[in-house]
Amino acid sequence: MRPFIRMLTPVLLLLMAVTLSGCGEQFIVLDPKGPIGESQKDLIYLSTILCAVIIVPVLILTAIIVWRYRDKKGSTAKYRPNWEHSTKLEIIWWGIPIVIIIALATVTVKYTHALEPSKPIASEKEAITIQVTSLDWKWLFKYPDENIATVNYVKIPEDVPVRFQLTSDTAMNSFWIPQLGGQLYSMSGMAMTLFLQADEQGSYFGSGANFNGKDFAQMTFTVDATTEQDYNAWVQEVKNSAPALTMEGFEKLTEPGTSDKQLFSSFPEGLFDKIVTQYVEEGSSGGHHHGAAESESDTGSATDAKNEAESDNADANQEHMNHEGH
Amino acid sequence: MLDKIKEFASEFFVTGDPLILGAQVSIALSVVAIVFVLTFFKKWRWLWTEWLTSVDHKKIGIMYIIASILMLFRGGVDALLMRLQLAAPQLEFLEAEHYNQIFTTHGVIMILFMAMPLMFGLFNIVVPLMIGARDVAFPFLNSLSFWMFFFGAMLFNVSFIIGGSPDAGWLAYPPLSELSGSPGLGQDFYIWGIQISGIGSLATGINFIVTILKMRAPGMTLMKMPMFVWSVLSSCITIIFAFPILTVTLFLLFIDRYLGAHFFTLDGGGNPMMYINLIWMWGHPEVYIVILPAFGIFSEIVSAFSKKKLFGYKSMVFALMSISFFSFFTWAHHFFTMGSGANVNAFFALTTMLIAIPTGVKVFNWLFTMYRGRLSFPTPMMWTVAFIPCFVIGGMTGVLLSVAPADFQFHNSYFLIAHFHQVLIGGVVFGYFAGLYYWWPKMFGFKLHEGLGKWAFWFWNIGFYVCFMPQYALGLMGMTRRVNTYDFDMGWQPLNVVSTVGGFLMGIAFLFQIWQIAHSIKFFKKVDNGDNWDGRTLEWSIPSPAPLYNFARIPQVQSQDDWWETKQRRAAGEPEPAPAPLEPIHMPKNSGIPFIMSVCWFVLGFGLVWDWLWMAIPGFLGVVACLLARSFTYDTDYYIPVDEVERTEAALRGSK
Amino acid sequence: MAHAISKTAGAHGGGDQGGHHDEHHGHHDHHDQESMKMFGFWLFLITDVILFGTLFATFVVLRFNTAAGPTPGELIELNGIIISTFILLTSSFTSGIAVLEMNRGNKRGLILWLAITALLGASFIGLEVTEFIHLVHEGANIGTSAYWSAFFTLVGTHGLHVSVGLVWMVALMLQLSRRGITPVTKRKVSIISLYWHFLDVVWIFVFTIVYLMGVM
Repeated sequence: MRPFIRMLTPVLLLLMAVTLSGCGEQFIVLDPKGPIGESQKDLIYLSTILCAVIIVPVLILTAIIVWRYRDKKGSTAKYRPNWEHSTKLEIIWWGIPIVIIIALATVTVKYTHALEPSKPIASEKEAITIQVTSLDWKWLFKYPDENIATVNYVKIPEDVPVRFQLTSDTAMNSFWIPQLGGQLYSMSGMAMTLFLQADEQGSYFGSGANFNGKDFAQMTFTVDATTEQDYNAWVQEVKNSAPALTMEGFEKLTEPGTSDKQLFSSFPEGLFDKIVTQYVEEGSSGGHHHGAAESESDTGSATDAKNEAESDNADANQEHMNHEGH
Repeated sequence: MLDKIKEFASEFFVTGDPLILGAQVSIALSVVAIVFVLTFFKKWRWLWTEWLTSVDHKKIGIMYIIASILMLFRGGVDALLMRLQLAAPQLEFLEAEHYNQIFTTHGVIMILFMAMPLMFGLFNIVVPLMIGARDVAFPFLNSLSFWMFFFGAMLFNVSFIIGGSPDAGWLAYPPLSELSGSPGLGQDFYIWGIQISGIGSLATGINFIVTILKMRAPGMTLMKMPMFVWSVLSSCITIIFAFPILTVTLFLLFIDRYLGAHFFTLDGGGNPMMYINLIWMWGHPEVYIVILPAFGIFSEIVSAFSKKKLFGYKSMVFALMSISFFSFFTWAHHFFTMGSGANVNAFFALTTMLIAIPTGVKVFNWLFTMYRGRLSFPTPMMWTVAFIPCFVIGGMTGVLLSVAPADFQFHNSYFLIAHFHQVLIGGVVFGYFAGLYYWWPKMFGFKLHEGLGKWAFWFWNIGFYVCFMPQYALGLMGMTRRVNTYDFDMGWQPLNVVSTVGGFLMGIAFLFQIWQIAHSIKFFKKVDNGDNWDGRTLEWSIPSPAPLYNFARIPQVQSQDDWWETKQRRAAGEPEPAPAPLEPIHMPKNSGIPFIMSVCWFVLGFGLVWDWLWMAIPGFLGVVACLLARSFTYDTDYYIPVDEVERTEAALRGSK
Repeated sequence: MAHAISKTAGAHGGGDQGGHHDEHHGHHDHHDQESMKMFGFWLFLITDVILFGTLFATFVVLRFNTAAGPTPGELIELNGIIISTFILLTSSFTSGIAVLEMNRGNKRGLILWLAITALLGASFIGLEVTEFIHLVHEGANIGTSAYWSAFFTLVGTHGLHVSVGLVWMVALMLQLSRRGITPVTKRKVSIISLYWHFLDVVWIFVFTIVYLMGVM
């Protein structure tokens, strides 16, 4: 009896987990508001169903076998201790998974090409570009066409494809807006393209999904999708009212720490390219950046002091080596 | 002077957190207590001659298991601390830095210092007994492997109180793990702790391949080997191809940090993505390394407690080997979102799905082993039966994750966390527990209390589902892994509370297991004979615990499940050939070198972590000296005379 | 697996009783033990192949990443490398002769040829160290750029392997002079000669991939 109950536990709990939370809007991955997220949701459902075709019978079969062949007095079940091989049966259960996997593989290959993140979304409207930089520990967004910038906040017009260009200032992160579509890594030294689009107005949760150090958990941001008019009005408002992002301001942003939402009416020209190429040919551009990346937190505990000493040392070493190199 | 000492101490020891202070005090107290007990009962010599220098595979196995249970405790405490921190939004129970350290050490400890040694422990205890051998192929190397693991693990763990824990995640992606991202010492402890124990694992892999291929009892052809032995073989083959990659990867990271090289740095032309590729080229096979032996254990147990031959033996062997092979071609599915392009992603998605096929076949074979069997459900079998649905569901979510475009939504979320915990706990941990309960009488000569074992079982199982099912849901709610806190408006709290409760249920389950062991020792009841489960394979043909030399006479194997067949023939009254006369038994001598050499490795590692050459150089010289000392030792073995074997056998088997 | 026999292989053989019982055992066991060790060493070589394979892979990935620093074409002088390649190849040959001498039972010849091999190996290391010093003087050290990190690590790891072989070889010569040619020392010589040939093969790859393809 007991094994049978346990057999059911996972299923029940899964059901419980789903019903408990009301299956509602909180499941943002399953409640997409854009074409990419929509396709991904379809794919999730489709693959789940394909897998369930095999899994559910197996679970039932397990329960039946465990129940039927348990050792009890007067059991009428067959007992064949030396029955160990059946070509027919084995062909069946090599065959079934193979068929399912072929089906799933076909779907996967098709979708992998269709949903390649750098593939533009078909639309009559021209895509807007947003340059995204993950900093320690905040997101910087630049709108090169509008020449405005934001921190931890994105506004986009609905029904317009958005070309996100992703990079990182230091450690790798991952740019994820679940309701618009899947994530993509932001990595320093390169710019990767991710196309997303919001089909509906709304406010969407975005986060950095890949751990990148101390205050990684604070790297959340909001994406507001509005009508095009509202979007344009907002751009104008930012241009008129917000301060400009200067190079010094940017340097300050790169210092480790968290940030609230910020808006900037302009940003230094070519800043994104500078961030992407900052590590290229380090010898000629000088290691000015190290200090910013390595200066340490404010807790002031003994270990930190030690760490700082260490990193200073390392810097000195590195410079020493560079020096030798010249 | 005093100031200098103070300054040094505050650098040397981790300070500032009451939690850590408490741990430091309790560690210091337990060390004092252990030293006191050993001195008071004059047990130092006993410890040295019977355990620290032992090359007996059974004792080494037991030491592995003890170490892994300790590590399970530490990794488990880490897990519970994390669950507490996540139980409510904006909780300030653990600071971000502390939380980051804890999830890092939790991952490293559970995989490398809990699962691996538990696995090696079972290898050691079971494999020689199953194949009718008297030890492993290289007993000295085996002891060295253990002590390398042990001191590597200690080096890693010592970072908790000295110098600071690593906090860049269990796989330490650069550039975060480089000097620029992690200037502290924790990352160096990480590198050297894993490096030293990793070399030990590599040696174990070689050792067991040779043992299995060269030391089987006469008559045991490859296709008559018990399935567990096959699984060990496939796991060890995977080890020798995967672990060198880990060694190199960590070594390169070390050179980056220590000598200022530019393998994975941002500047100087380094390539962090290369690290991510390399570490997963080891990391993915690694999870198969730990799961394959669990498959073997289930195969043994399911057959023993169904009183039936294992169904589809050849299929099983083929499945094991193909899993081990394909495990090397799936690594990139850990970073579909790195922008490698559609073709690369599609390729790795397909190879990953491919692995599901042999894995699925194994499940069917276990089910049909039970089909038309006579199932009984002592604790080992309960774990086995619990494993099947758990692993099937975990496997299914794994296939979902392998669908590359969908993975863009699952990646780095709690969905992923739930998946790998389900296959690692439901597969690996359940498997090793099943193995531990199954072979415990063989190790120690007494059974574990069944009643308490059932309590532990139910707490583990219910706790598991309560803990991890909500995490699938949390992943779909957008909760990402490694966040130490979240906002009120995300709606993540209810499920997180449920999950935390589940975590603590598993904690209680662990306590039940400790109680179970303590209780069973206190009310020690020796098993009547060596075959308490009515087993099928050779290890059950000898007394429990096995004598030093395992088999007084090397068995002559005729069939698969040889011991079962022998018992059948005996029951049928068939005449048995007269036993061959006893002969002197050739055994390896104990040696202190493995222990001393591993201490030297520890000293070397510790010196390099702190950049103290005055410490690292003697450590290095010590390692070299130990190697040379061993090379010049020719007196490495001895014979147990016949009369001693006779006496031992008579004592163990009674009149027989 | 006809020889799938455990350490006490004699145990199932039965039959042989009497005075030289133990000796017989000893020989049989040793033979078995030694062949297992040989097999184990082959497995170790597989792991070493993977180790070098990984290092070669990183080298190939990073081969153009000189980051505004010196390039290999500017600094590496092939002449010296060709000489050291020649020396190492010769040492492989001499270690082969050593094994031949061993099989002939000539202990002095064996030690002599091992010594020659070790001397050649030592001069190879000497040349490598000289080359490294030269490179560092010219401005290329392990921290100069990713290319040089990979270069020094790959070439240096090979050099480290050769150095380990040297220490091992000296230890082995001492053991040989003390104990002569026994099954155990025989196995040890076979293993080190295998190791030495292996390093030679690795060097051919280093020479081709790092030096020839890197410089030309």
